[in-house]
Amino acid sequence: MPRTISNFDSPHSGSVFSLSAQGSTGGNSTYRSSVDDRTLTRAQAGDHFAFAQLYAIHKRRIYSLCLRMVGNPAEAEDLTQEAFLQLHRKIATFRGDSAFSTWLHRLAINVVLMHLRKKGLAVTSLDEAMEPTHDDGPGRSFGAPDPSLSGSIDRLALERAVAELPAGYRLIFILHDVEGYEHNEIAIMLDCSIGNSKSQLHKARLKLRDALHTSLRRGGRR
Amino acid sequence: MIVDPANLNCEQFQAQLAELIGSGADISLHPHLISCANCRALLTDLQTIADAAKKLFPIEQPKEDLWDRIELAIKQEHGMIQPN
Repeated sequence: MPRTISNFDSPHSGSVFSLSAQGSTGGNSTYRSSVDDRTLTRAQAGDHFAFAQLYAIHKRRIYSLCLRMVGNPAEAEDLTQEAFLQLHRKIATFRGDSAFSTWLHRLAINVVLMHLRKKGLAVTSLDEAMEPTHDDGPGRSFGAPDPSLSGSIDRLALERAVAELPAGYRLIFILHDVEGYEHNEIAIMLDCSIGNSKSQLHKARLKLRDALHTSLRRGGRR
Repeated sequence: MIVDPANLNCEQFQAQLAELIGSGADISLHPHLISCANCRALLTDLQTIADAAKKLFPIEQPKEDLWDRIELAIKQEHGMIQPN
């Protein structure tokens, strides 16, 4: 692989990896945020090393989001690569209207959804999940109660159920319940209302409840 | 029409549930829940799912060489090297 343009290369990968370790531990968020801001400004001005630092800071969350959405490490890496390539193209357009990480997540989400649509998964698009529906929705519970799930959630069963959710529901569930984003942040990422985010998350959980009860019943019959 | 929370039936209560949960308020003392085992069970299940999700999917790390791939692609986009 030719690497002939010295001023374009990262000065030394060790610095990038040490930042990565710092970013991954939670650590001091105020410090990390100020580092992030300065790094961001430099990256927007075309500083490639600063861009490499942004990659090191954000790669784990972006890769994890992609992996949770597609379930395949090789595909998730391709999507992470595409997300950071798009970031490189668009970073100068970031105006700070939202947190940078929220903006980057939104960009990555669009990459993932485009990928899912290309794979022919249009029926599970975010658009569909974001469309308010007038049906009864999943899992509404008016009859005799099922046995409680409490204490009986099998991690594999839940992961399988999440993987089988339509992409839009899966995305909101992952962003809110797994990654811990608030509804107002999700609304920005997905360009929807806060109420819509709450409603779709609720439906996602109801669908998961249905799937887990079904799984429990099947297990009980064995 | 505003219905007294104490007089909600299950359908009316569950229609409000997304907003009630999303508000972040403690709804365990909602009048309907006190009298309805079915909706209590539903709420407990949803909370169990939300709690379990936090333990799902640990943050993962991409392979170390992913940055090299991205850097190469950036160089190619900028015409700094020819694509293979």
